Amino acid sequence: MKELRLMKGNEAIAEGAIRAGCDAYFGYPITPQSEVMEYLMAEQPEKRTGMIVLQAESEVASINMVYGAAGTGKRVMTSSSSPGISLMQEGISYCAGAELPCLIVNVVRGGPGLGTIQPSQADYFQSTKGGGHGDYRLIVLAPASVQEMFDFVFTGFDLAFKYRNPALILSDGLIGQMMEKVHLAEQRPRLTEFDPSWTITGKTPDREHNIITSLDLDAARQEKHNQKLQAKYQKITENEVRYEELMTEDAEYLFVAYGSSARICQKAMQLAREQGIKVGLLRPITLWPFPVKPIAHLAPKMKGILSVEQSAGQMVEDVRLAVACATPVEHYGRMGGMVPSPEEVLNVLVNKFISK
Amino acid sequence: MDIKDIIKPENLVYKKTDLMTDKILSYCPGCGHGTAHRILMEVIDEMGIQSETIGIAPVGCSVLAYDFMNVDMSGAAHGRAPALATGIKRLWPDKFVFTYQGDGDLAAIGSAETIHACNRGENITIVFINNGIYGMTGGQMAPTTLEGMKTSTSPYGRDLQTMGNPLKMTELVAQLPGTWYVTRQSVHTPRNVRRAKKAIRIALEAQKEKKGLTFVEIVSNCNSGWKMTPVKANEWMEENMFPFYPLGDLKVEGKLVNNQ
Amino acid sequence: MTEEIIIAGFGGQGVLSMGKILAYSGIMQDQEVSWFPSYGPEMRGGTANVTVILSDERISSPVLQKYDTAILLNQQSLDKFEQSVKPGGVLIYDTNGLTRFPERTDIQVYRVDAADAATKTESSKTFNMIVLGAFLKIKPIVRLENVRKGLEKSIPPRYSHLIEANEKAIGVGQEIVVRER
Repeated sequence: MKELRLMKGNEAIAEGAIRAGCDAYFGYPITPQSEVMEYLMAEQPEKRTGMIVLQAESEVASINMVYGAAGTGKRVMTSSSSPGISLMQEGISYCAGAELPCLIVNVVRGGPGLGTIQPSQADYFQSTKGGGHGDYRLIVLAPASVQEMFDFVFTGFDLAFKYRNPALILSDGLIGQMMEKVHLAEQRPRLTEFDPSWTITGKTPDREHNIITSLDLDAARQEKHNQKLQAKYQKITENEVRYEELMTEDAEYLFVAYGSSARICQKAMQLAREQGIKVGLLRPITLWPFPVKPIAHLAPKMKGILSVEQSAGQMVEDVRLAVACATPVEHYGRMGGMVPSPEEVLNVLVNKFISK
Repeated sequence: MDIKDIIKPENLVYKKTDLMTDKILSYCPGCGHGTAHRILMEVIDEMGIQSETIGIAPVGCSVLAYDFMNVDMSGAAHGRAPALATGIKRLWPDKFVFTYQGDGDLAAIGSAETIHACNRGENITIVFINNGIYGMTGGQMAPTTLEGMKTSTSPYGRDLQTMGNPLKMTELVAQLPGTWYVTRQSVHTPRNVRRAKKAIRIALEAQKEKKGLTFVEIVSNCNSGWKMTPVKANEWMEENMFPFYPLGDLKVEGKLVNNQ
Repeated sequence: MTEEIIIAGFGGQGVLSMGKILAYSGIMQDQEVSWFPSYGPEMRGGTANVTVILSDERISSPVLQKYDTAILLNQQSLDKFEQSVKPGGVLIYDTNGLTRFPERTDIQVYRVDAADAATKTESSKTFNMIVLGAFLKIKPIVRLENVRKGLEKSIPPRYSHLIEANEKAIGVGQEIVVRER
């Protein structure tokens, strides 16, 4: 019987980290995700599992502590919210370049700039298209419930280590601050074995010295490294797409939405069906790799697709690419920390596609 | 004695440590980096801790230090070496962890990471090479550039009114309770090399005791950036750098040395 | 069964913890629950509100525009959320400090003078439990034994002696709630 608890999304990330056998968390306070480190500090995981928690002097330091520690093969993570994640981008690019497995959590707030502390999904481009400099990708998971906040810490670490690539949990203030019940998984042990082919744990006589770096001044070799990365990304695209479909079998219209927007669309879908409008929902769970094929498969059956996000329209670009003009695609979003209501979303669907 | 006799093993009087790789150093002839690398690796060799040592290379002339130092290493983003070292040391408290950084890396872009790693008393060793200039990018002004010193971004000499003062990072970190051993050395004469090597040994040994951060500044030259011959650069360093950055221990066993 | 509730009032009135106890009670009887607060600067002294949903099915949106029940505990909250009650839904309010009273006639309106009653009990901090009692009288969606379990879960052990006072306050609320419309 799994342990059941009422938790905030941010607390679920923290408890998930401990139970997933995370070795270290490095972070810096920022609203609306400060509960992650607050929970960890109160919980004293060094006594439960030996996990280290350190409050760094900045987000820049946090991600570089992650970079250093990840090089030793341990499970390490950080979390922040939008402005802090922007500060981390250089370090994240280094982690991707040096192929370090690590987990980053972004509890998104409204932007640009200092923006607001209310929920937003306006960091989609930053998360799914690279974010920092250079050609790279993060594996991006979008939880839509507090349970998934907990579960995706496990999934994120597993995928990060499977592909030696940073993984990102892209959440938002709504999922971070809300409470729901969570089934807590059993404690998983911390890592005790480290791949000697690349980790820096001290050069032993039986091997060459290992070097963690993203630098190669030889352009030809750097291109080869890039090609290797791209091949890896291709493999991830083929194998790791995750998504959920709700009531799509008989649907004439489709919502595409992730995270908190997917929850709002689920309600809008119920309201629509009460009125006899057949709506379905496709919820991308991995934002990168994006569920291109499932959307392309559904598109010709639909009279219209509404992409709903708390942004000016970022994911809708990927939806349009997937749909490839098979059916009309419209975007609806609120910005700057405003959250749309289910009624509002339904009205937009009706106005854009039905009562034209 | 001809060459055949000289290379006989029994006539060996000096051998490069195995902890320096056979890669050709990327440093300019006359530069202090090569010597600093060598004595650091010699100390690790003599302590027998190669398999327990993890080093962090910076961004700057010594960006490729991991190619020359035959220990496990990570290459940091510019200025972030103390953060990497912190992350590693916290998870591997019994390993020996050092950073090797220049003045631009440590005292400008990485000043926050330096101060906070020192202030937390991370049990790591920072080796700080101070030559008063950005070498790799072609001789620009550094935070440690002396007053009046000409560089490519202070072509009329460093003007304190508009460009600020040279920063004594070592004096600054000596004041922090988290540092255990803070010293300033040089490697331009055999005598100074011996002293600097002894200082590095003290710094690394201290990690066993977990008493706090150990910090070894090495005042060095940059004959290319300073636009001088190696010999002239060393003379200039003695006449100009040492009066402002005086050699010697600043803090020993957690206590400030007189006059600090 | 799905019950969609908004609780709104001043920070410090116990609005968020009342929602939390309700959510815990729902979990104790095996329901799905969600609890979403206003957060940020509003937390520090201004108004506070929380959306609580209890359901036998998977909960969709934790953010709503229309509610089955609105529990509105100051003037700003009444002004802001009176129109958000579904037709036929329930509005519960406390007259304390109000200058304008509920006006809608297409909903059920209940008054609970909880602030007044709280000052007469041993602890004025039981205000929110009196309000909860009023709500449970009108809509007994969670059983009282589950509320007790919810209280045990959400009250830190060092305050466990207050559980009884809280249960008493729930009883007070059940007694003093009055239907106005």
